[in-house]
Amino acid sequence: MEYFVQQLIIGVTLGSIYGLIAIGYTMVYGIIGMINFAHGDVFMIGGFVALIAFLALVSIGITAVPVALLLVLLIAMATTALYGWTVERFAYRPLRQSSRLAPLISAIGMSIILQNFAQVSQGARVKPLPPLVGGSHTLMSSDAFNVEISNIQIIIVVTTLALMAVFSWIVTRTRLGRDMRACEQDLKMASLLGVNIDRTISLTFVIGAALAAVAGIMYLLYYGVIDFYIGFVAGVKAFTAAVLGGIGSLPGAMLGGLLIGLIETFWSAYFSIEYKDVAAFSILIVALIFLPTGILGRPEVEKV
Amino acid sequence: MKSLAPASTQSGLSIVAALKDAALTAAVAFGLFFFMIGLRAEQGLGGALEITTRWPSLAMLVAAVFAGAFVRALFFGRRAIPLECLLPASFARRGAKAVSSVSRFVGPALLIFALLVPVLFYQNRYILDLGIMVLTYVMLGWGLNVVIGLAGLLDLGYVAFYAVGAYSYALLATTYGLSFWICLPLAGILAAFWGIILGFPVLRLRGDYLAIVTLAFGEIIRLVLLNWQSFTGGPNGISSIPRPSFFGLPFTDGEGSFAATFGLEYSPTHRVVFLFYLILALALLTNVVTLRLRRLPIGRAWEAMREDEIACRSLGINTTTTKLTAFAIGAMFGGFAGSFFATRQGFISPESFTFGESALVLAIVVLGGMGSQLGVAVAALVMLGGFELFREFELYRMLVFGFAMVLIMIWRPRGLVATRDPSLYLTERKAIAGSFVKVQG
Repeated sequence: MEYFVQQLIIGVTLGSIYGLIAIGYTMVYGIIGMINFAHGDVFMIGGFVALIAFLALVSIGITAVPVALLLVLLIAMATTALYGWTVERFAYRPLRQSSRLAPLISAIGMSIILQNFAQVSQGARVKPLPPLVGGSHTLMSSDAFNVEISNIQIIIVVTTLALMAVFSWIVTRTRLGRDMRACEQDLKMASLLGVNIDRTISLTFVIGAALAAVAGIMYLLYYGVIDFYIGFVAGVKAFTAAVLGGIGSLPGAMLGGLLIGLIETFWSAYFSIEYKDVAAFSILIVALIFLPTGILGRPEVEKV
Repeated sequence: MKSLAPASTQSGLSIVAALKDAALTAAVAFGLFFFMIGLRAEQGLGGALEITTRWPSLAMLVAAVFAGAFVRALFFGRRAIPLECLLPASFARRGAKAVSSVSRFVGPALLIFALLVPVLFYQNRYILDLGIMVLTYVMLGWGLNVVIGLAGLLDLGYVAFYAVGAYSYALLATTYGLSFWICLPLAGILAAFWGIILGFPVLRLRGDYLAIVTLAFGEIIRLVLLNWQSFTGGPNGISSIPRPSFFGLPFTDGEGSFAATFGLEYSPTHRVVFLFYLILALALLTNVVTLRLRRLPIGRAWEAMREDEIACRSLGINTTTTKLTAFAIGAMFGGFAGSFFATRQGFISPESFTFGESALVLAIVVLGGMGSQLGVAVAALVMLGGFELFREFELYRMLVFGFAMVLIMIWRPRGLVATRDPSLYLTERKAIAGSFVKVQG
């Protein structure tokens, strides 16, 4: 029982990170119907910028961890959002009129670019960061096993919930959110009714990238290591989360993220840790084949 | 098409606008590169990360972006001085005709050159090895071209079949001592079998979902190879894989060897030359089979499916078998290439079959123009051979590949050699420029 609860805590933490990345996939898919293959690498860039910004802040004398983390959060979100904007402007906007495969290939190219850009500019070696947020609380304890929740796990889950609340507010209550939902329903009609679709799509990418940056910071703080390759696996898993929850649906992305995080954690805990990625990838295949609309998604009607 | 006159009267204005544009782009570039280029996190002597600055690189990069954006805004921007009007309207058609007439000579010339490489560079082991590598990728590219270029199914897990072929040969040869020539078809059949296994579940999926599923499939195969220690050797891979023999005559020194039988002096180069001709033959086999299949009903069904799957189905083509054969045949060639890779290297491990490898082959196919056999060969030669010649830029290879993929998709979605020869024609064969053909999807 204690072991189960401990895995549950780890799974929810991991799921929060996946969920934040999954929102980027699901929003972009909802609006322009393309898989933003480079989104996982945008998440990776977010982690890198956070790491570098933190070291830079320390080197100029800002060493108080809460202040530094807040600044890092702002810097990483802003820079990564700029990456998201640039990716859309450079690689996707010129292809908006073309078919499904051309933007996907362009996105794969963009993913290769970002990965190798990080590798060339920051080196291929794994970057370790000593734990910044320490401390943990014992929730339950038996003679054999203590269930602990660390402060960083609390921060991750609380931040994710807060961001989800802000984000839901943006989508449901603001002008931008209304524009986004209009674009999702019918891009051409929305533009005829005066929605600035270029701006809306750009902002979608910007918001998605900013959320991915937060996920990148969380990953960095939680695991303490980062390299240029983390975006690929995390990206595929977050995409799986988006598909599982129903692509295009925002609560679905969060639910899917939680499910993937929990499945991965329990699989590692009870079956085999080597095959945890196989489990996640298999879920992707099974979900796409048997449940292509996901848990909370709407069935898509293909128009000819 | 815009006329030249209003543009030239606006040219003073357009320079100011271009400067403004370029400054904005440079500001964005500064924001992008400030942390990633200007600073570098590096492990110091103590093991902790230290920050170093690289302001000159940052300044140079931002300046380059500024210059590039200025030129672009001046000549290609919205208020640009149009360059298009310098070109006649029939340029696209004439360009297509020129490409097709040139390609008539380029193909045979490349083939003759490839045949002569071992003769010309017999003393140069490095060139021979490079040639073998390029030809391996040409073969992989042609194999993947069946799936992407002809059938229009974006396969991101192609390297899985390469891995299946390589491991099939390695395991069969090391466990049962079977010779290369028996294992080669077996490896092809096994890979084709896996192609069908992958094909079944993805039959109902749309283009982009299909791509993601094939990617997941490729990763699953790699992870299984990595973790199934007792069967595949895990991360240590399989070593001492038997080298190929010349139809039973080994390339060794001594009695009964290739050199002794033909009365030649023993030289290790014999094996390299043999491997070179072997992969050339395999690649040409791929090419000939593909070109032949294109003329058969199944090949036409592939191309019809690529253009419009729904129309295809309504005309009575069985898309299930059409897709499965495309996967199976593409996978089979991947399997052949894989067993060649295993016998050439003598050692394989899951390291060689990552997604990066799939992406590299995909990039070659995309750059070559999906569906164009010659284009794939030229792309593999230029991109792999070119970077091998400038070793110091090795690190930038995938970066250039990535940019090339994006730019090709934006400018010429059909690839650099973008003409299409129709498989069927009435009286004369007319090349179709890529811009006149609907892009697949």
